Amino acid sequence: MLKIENLHAKIGNKEILKGLNLSVNAGEVHAIMGPNGSGKSTLANVLAGRNGYDVTKGTVEYEGKNLLELAPEERAWAGVFLAFQYPVEIPGVNNVYLLKAAVNAVRKYRGEPELDAVEFLGLIKEKMKIVKMKEDLLNRSVNEGFSGGEKKRNEIFQMSVLEPKLAILDETDSGLDIDALKIVSEGVNSLRNEERSIILVTHYQRLLDYIKPDHVHVLSNGKIIKSGGPDLALELEEKGYDWIKEEAA
Amino acid sequence: MSTNTENMEDLVGKDYEHGFVTDIDADTVAPGLNEETIAFISKKKEEPEWLLEWRLKAYRHWLTMEDPTWAHLDIEHIDYQAISYYSAPKSKDDGPKSLDEVDPKLLETYEKLGIPLQEQKFLAGVAVDAVFDSVSVATTFKGKLADAGVIFCSFSEAVKEHPELVKKYLGTVVPAADNFFGALNSAVFTDGSFVYIPKGVRCPMELSTYFRINASNTGQFERTLIIADEKSHVSYLEGCTAPMRDENQLHAAVVELVALEDAEIKYSTVQNWYPGDENGVGGIYNFVTKRADCRGNNSKVSWTQVETGSAITWKYPSCILKGDNSVGEFYSVAVTNNHQQADTGTKMIHIGKNTSSTIISKGISARHAQQSYRGLVKISKSAENARNYTQCDSLLMGDKCGAHTFPYIEAKNSSATVEHEATTSKIGDDQLFYCMQRGIKEEDAVNMIVNGFCKEVFKELPMEFAVEAQKLLGITLEGAVG
Amino acid sequence: MSQDIQNYISDFDQLKNDDWFAKNRQSALNLFKDTGFPSSRLENWKYTDVRPIKKKSFSNVTEADVSVIADEINAIRFDGLDCIEVVFINGVFSKEHSSLEELDNGLVVENMLDALANDKDLLAKHLTKYADDKISPFTALNTAFIQNGTFINVSANTVIEKPINILYLSKESNSALATHPRNLIVMGENSEATVIESYIGLDDANYFTNAVTEVSLSTNAILKHYKIQQESLNAYHIGNLNVMQGKDSKLESHSISLGGALVRNDIHGQLAAEGAEIIMNGLYMTGDKQHVDNHTRVDHLKPRTLSTENYRGVLNGKSRAVFNGKVIVHKDAQKIEAHQNNANLLLSDDAEIDTKPELEIYADDVKCTHGATVGQLDQNMLFYLRSRAIDEETARSLLTYAFADELISNISFAPIRNRLERLVIGQLPDAALIREFTNE
Repeated sequence: MLKIENLHAKIGNKEILKGLNLSVNAGEVHAIMGPNGSGKSTLANVLAGRNGYDVTKGTVEYEGKNLLELAPEERAWAGVFLAFQYPVEIPGVNNVYLLKAAVNAVRKYRGEPELDAVEFLGLIKEKMKIVKMKEDLLNRSVNEGFSGGEKKRNEIFQMSVLEPKLAILDETDSGLDIDALKIVSEGVNSLRNEERSIILVTHYQRLLDYIKPDHVHVLSNGKIIKSGGPDLALELEEKGYDWIKEEAA
Repeated sequence: MSTNTENMEDLVGKDYEHGFVTDIDADTVAPGLNEETIAFISKKKEEPEWLLEWRLKAYRHWLTMEDPTWAHLDIEHIDYQAISYYSAPKSKDDGPKSLDEVDPKLLETYEKLGIPLQEQKFLAGVAVDAVFDSVSVATTFKGKLADAGVIFCSFSEAVKEHPELVKKYLGTVVPAADNFFGALNSAVFTDGSFVYIPKGVRCPMELSTYFRINASNTGQFERTLIIADEKSHVSYLEGCTAPMRDENQLHAAVVELVALEDAEIKYSTVQNWYPGDENGVGGIYNFVTKRADCRGNNSKVSWTQVETGSAITWKYPSCILKGDNSVGEFYSVAVTNNHQQADTGTKMIHIGKNTSSTIISKGISARHAQQSYRGLVKISKSAENARNYTQCDSLLMGDKCGAHTFPYIEAKNSSATVEHEATTSKIGDDQLFYCMQRGIKEEDAVNMIVNGFCKEVFKELPMEFAVEAQKLLGITLEGAVG
Repeated sequence: MSQDIQNYISDFDQLKNDDWFAKNRQSALNLFKDTGFPSSRLENWKYTDVRPIKKKSFSNVTEADVSVIADEINAIRFDGLDCIEVVFINGVFSKEHSSLEELDNGLVVENMLDALANDKDLLAKHLTKYADDKISPFTALNTAFIQNGTFINVSANTVIEKPINILYLSKESNSALATHPRNLIVMGENSEATVIESYIGLDDANYFTNAVTEVSLSTNAILKHYKIQQESLNAYHIGNLNVMQGKDSKLESHSISLGGALVRNDIHGQLAAEGAEIIMNGLYMTGDKQHVDNHTRVDHLKPRTLSTENYRGVLNGKSRAVFNGKVIVHKDAQKIEAHQNNANLLLSDDAEIDTKPELEIYADDVKCTHGATVGQLDQNMLFYLRSRAIDEETARSLLTYAFADELISNISFAPIRNRLERLVIGQLPDAALIREFTNE
């Protein structure tokens, strides 16, 4: 599904990713953990195609295509979804309009007929239950006036509506209290299936108590320095990151 | 920071600390302005022909100009024929070669002002080019600077010793016909400072000049020219106090800065000229043209000013951002009390690509004072990706003062981002109450809050200036609240 | 006397000027003769050069009867808005198309010429009292030519539910016309009303509209005022709104400028008694070679007065827009709040914006802020939308629309809001795309 080889990326003159390798197969959940500044969010943004990140070396292959060549919206059409760490507020753009336009853009790309208003409303009503979204949030402007937890829930709600093939969750657990974390995790778990791959980017092990990953990777200084199973996360929780850094050095 | 607890009226009534007159037999020309006056000045300073011609051209243009009236200032009519345009302290032969040769009375003056010149040499890293009236009389630290290849001398000396540099750069940032006061200065300027930092040199010390005005009825027309050659760096400090006088004294200086590729100039000013008494009698008219030309790519000029003095201030230190990626900054604290008036701000002219500018202006107005921020941010069509951020805050103390904001933004490039924010308010009663409830006296609390208000600007000043600036702020505002 | 004002003077002599107001017209004309058109050397006209108006020789004498068919008017009506309509065609009142019968008790709406004859006392008290002929030569010119226009009087304690919709329609005629509509709105104590002034060009005619509106609000009066400027792209429009506000009165002004080759809108609010409040919202969208200048001025003359201003501009093509917002807090006017904001979106490298938010403050117990921005669409928003599968072009149009819509969405009358939203979308690139997007 996704194959990253020797990825190097810069922001301005600063090199953040320094030769990252990662392979994700369909249906797998991978957790990328690492200390602050290790390059976790950069990886998420590079995969989604944000401006200002300069890929200087390496390749990213997604379903046989060169992902790096695609515009952000083309990646979205192809099924890549980024749940933002800091979802932006967009005053004046209605949440539902956005979602409807997004769904239909994806459907158009896939050669499927666009949904009419009734079908669409039916779809979102059903999906809202997954993350227990309050209905009044839907008719507001995108993320405007949402609490931190509501924004994160909205991200997962959008994910559930758009049904991506590859979802990248950037620090989705940050800023959530325990109840919100449970709701969000349940939402994500309900979206797991054999075809959908998920990359969880997180600083803490906490999220992994609720979403069990198949693989855990430790990112440090722009490279994956250790990979393992779910146990690795527990070990990190206990010992911190320093021992791995030493081990890798 | 803490001040004593004398009653407010006493504090306000406090005499200007630096108000005394030195009795020096000045070599002063009779009042009046005509081509002969200019020829006299030029001859007195043994200038080359081209400079006299330049002055005369400026003068002839000046005759066609009118006093600017657009500023938010109430200026009494100035009789330019009643001003004497040249005054030099008498000294033997060609002037002093070292401090020992300096008129002891002058040295005494500096000591009264708290600048013991004799000891200046021991002050770490500060070279002083003291201007007394119109002629530089002492320059120190020359040796150390010369070793680095830095030229730091009086303007007249530069005309004699480095005519090619003066000729190449003079008037290229502020043309002789630029504006009324600039043209007047170009015609009659007497002296000032000249700095040249050669390629790749980081000036080994902060450069500073203390300007003073002394002889009665003598306008002072400083001319400063600073050139930072490629990849060089210099920090220049300018500070001034002036003796007490009843008549209004005119001061119309011109400062030109040139920053070539990768060069950086930091220009800091603490201005504490005599503001007039509490009834608005006397005080300096401070009409200054300061402009920097960021000619080279990646060049940077930073203006920082703390303006507490003068009866009237008319001053807009500006940056022309010609070089790609060049940076202009303007940090200003202006305090006006009693009947002081100030109309000050900056112009940021974006021409090059990726140019950026920052404007932080803090104005404090107390009693009957009127203060205006006036600024221009201009994004030319060529200025791709230009950025400006402006924050302009005014604090009012007392119900008779005024604070005004006149920002002009002109943008012609769709990739530019300009942000301007301004606020005007008085010191929050809740802030004051909070401090007082914690046992801080009202006046100290005001001082603390005001200093906090100005902090963003003070942190841009070199350390020794920052301390002086905070002290000045306290003195200027003593008794303004109540 | 210069040549360019000659035809205004000779036209003036042809006018019927024998009523009680004749003296006022004559002295206004004399004032205009002295000053002539304002030069861009004046600070107030720094960014707007009115020479195109000056050079063109307009006829000030309207020969009415340009026929406008009902369909043309229907096309510009607000769908579903039940309102009182006052229609002027090329500056002349059209009784036929207006609906002034059966007005509520306590409401007078009539053509200015009728009002001069019928309501002399009220007019003598209010007309020319709030718009100062000395401040703008265009106001003086308007006063000299006061004939047609709308007089509205809402008696004390009267609430008028139906909006009053004043339509100034312009259409190609034999000669290029100058019209000088003059409106006067007098609101008694505790009264409420909504007035819409629409200036609409029905084709691409070349003409000059020089409108002045005066408003007097007594204690507790509330006026919602909409100005929709949709002149022809060859037309010149100078509009002046002057408001005098009494105690606890409230004016809500919405000014939408979409048309015109050269446009200048002035709003002057005078908060002359405690508790008065003014809200000024404005939107200007320009393209081609349009030049649109918005000047606002608020005088906080008394304590505890409040002003809030929010203007936005979207500039395209080779157009130029000017914003100048002035807030003056006068001496002893304490406990003031004044907030002002102007945001601009430059969509083209050939467009220019000149903005100047000004504060003049002579009291100390104030909370005043202003902000001005010039910029592009927010990159984070753009990326967010694109990562949600919206293509870049649509995302840009959508965000542009959202930027403009922030000013329209708070308009309380749905028919007005809907029409404006449609008009705004129509002005944007990719209008079809946004329509698709915003249509449920």
